[in-house]
Amino acid sequence: MAVAARPRKSARRQKLEAAITYPLDWLEERSGVVGGIKYFLFRKVPADTNWMQTLGSATLTAFIVQAVTGVILAMYYKPEPTTAYQSIQHIMNDVTLGWLVRGMHKWGASVFIILMFFHMGRVFLFGAYKYPRELNWIVGVMLLAVGMMEGFTGYLLPWDQTSYWATVVGINLNGTAPFLGPFIAQFLRGGSEIGPDTLSRFYSMHMLLIPGAIMALIGLHLYLVVRLGVTSPPWSKEAAGATWLEEEPASPNGNRAGLTQPTARAAAPRANGGDDA
Amino acid sequence: MEPDEPGRRHDPGPTLYPIGFAAGVVCLLIGLIVSPRLIAPIGAAITIVFAFLWIRDATKSYRGKPEQVEPERRPGRGEATEDPAQEPAPASSAERFPRNRFLEGATLGLGALIGLIVTAPVAAMALGPAFGKQQKVNVDLGPLTDYPEGEWRIATFMLDPAQGEISRRTAFVRNNGLLEGKPSFTLISNRCVHLGCPVQPNGPVFDNTKQTISTGGGEEVTLIKMLPAGGFGCPCHGGQYTSEGNRTAGPPVRSLDRYEYSIVNGRLIIGSTFSVANVEGTGKDALIEKYRRAGPGQHVDGWEQIFYPLQPPS
Repeated sequence: MAVAARPRKSARRQKLEAAITYPLDWLEERSGVVGGIKYFLFRKVPADTNWMQTLGSATLTAFIVQAVTGVILAMYYKPEPTTAYQSIQHIMNDVTLGWLVRGMHKWGASVFIILMFFHMGRVFLFGAYKYPRELNWIVGVMLLAVGMMEGFTGYLLPWDQTSYWATVVGINLNGTAPFLGPFIAQFLRGGSEIGPDTLSRFYSMHMLLIPGAIMALIGLHLYLVVRLGVTSPPWSKEAAGATWLEEEPASPNGNRAGLTQPTARAAAPRANGGDDA
Repeated sequence: MEPDEPGRRHDPGPTLYPIGFAAGVVCLLIGLIVSPRLIAPIGAAITIVFAFLWIRDATKSYRGKPEQVEPERRPGRGEATEDPAQEPAPASSAERFPRNRFLEGATLGLGALIGLIVTAPVAAMALGPAFGKQQKVNVDLGPLTDYPEGEWRIATFMLDPAQGEISRRTAFVRNNGLLEGKPSFTLISNRCVHLGCPVQPNGPVFDNTKQTISTGGGEEVTLIKMLPAGGFGCPCHGGQYTSEGNRTAGPPVRSLDRYEYSIVNGRLIIGSTFSVANVEGTGKDALIEKYRRAGPGQHVDGWEQIFYPLQPPS
């Protein structure tokens, strides 16, 4: 096999490359962050991963869009009963591209929830919730719940008739929960009647408390994805999971519950004759 | 299961302290609602005592003398008797509290204490409103002469003018005439007892009769004549009520709430709301099954009331 002689890099090009890599090397030497990013981005995944498996990243992107547009909207929004509605009119009519950013936030909220459900459906249909990824399913369900809370608290903020009465109904719905309901409703209202405190309370929960919880849970979710590896599709001929999982000694019959292991299955048929689907 | 060996110590041993601790917490929480002055401190005391006992019990093995584990004995052939003097003395560690363990405990303990000191006021501020009192209502609805006998008015007023429009509430008011020489009124809240939407009269609303009464202090009450011939109906989920507020159809769980009222110097003063299970009769002869105020959707009578044993203080 003839090895083509690589053209020698010119001195100028070498200098340029050094100038680019120097700051990265400096950073890497002191923090290991470049290696960390490489580890995160250049993980091994099954070769036959599917477009469906991008739904999680799509959901993450939708959340980032919500976070960024939300921060910008918070610069103009005034959470006071007398000013909230007017400040949104101001955003829609006067602020540069305010209509667009608010539209992104408003419609993006639905996109976020819808993508979460699609992502959840993909995980369910691929069986990706099975061992050893049960905990990630649980974290995902928590994310769905707090995502819904974002929707509930954000819905009040436009402070128009729809949002006000929808929130009245929503709070009273919480109030019908057995035993603790009356107290949950009072907690949400910030008192016995809906008032100025209700709006600022919902605003604080919507932009500080719940997003913080979502970010923490997303961090945990991604950590588990990296640690456990990406699942193969059900029709895959490849073993699934992170490499370190594969290196573990297999159980006596060569199978491990929940992981697709066609090689092991082919070598040592299961007790049931291997007719499991 | 391992066979039961006599004298074998189970670690940790069974203890009743956590149950006492839980009972103390329950007593404290109930006390916060029922009687913050008397029962809550008792609950707190029970909680603290049992927490102390529980911690003492759980850390027994760390604090006490090292347990003397009896060495396994296998008497040799012909060795019938054992001489305790020949047993090696149990190795008692020279340091009962190794510094590592002390520092570890101090770090965790102090960290937990600081965390508690910081968290307690924050949690109290966030959760305090859940146990807050009902807002007292005492609003002047204008002179009795604005309420002709036997006619209905939609009265809108502000609970707290300082809060502005957000505190605007609506009552359906009917002058029932005199009962035992005193004016009798029916004041029905417009909040549906399903989930709190505003109910509407099923009948004509005479918008051209709208009048605004100034009740002093810049407060205004608006009155609109209406005729709820078909009772009241809720646009949200279809709850239907008679003109006395009894449910006739849809999801509501009781009758419409009513307002307390009083007559002061010939003026109608509207008070707080109370909940109603059922109303028999009409007008001034109505027999009202009155309960303390409960949120929409919460049963006040029937077996379902067991789901709502506690309400925030009124």
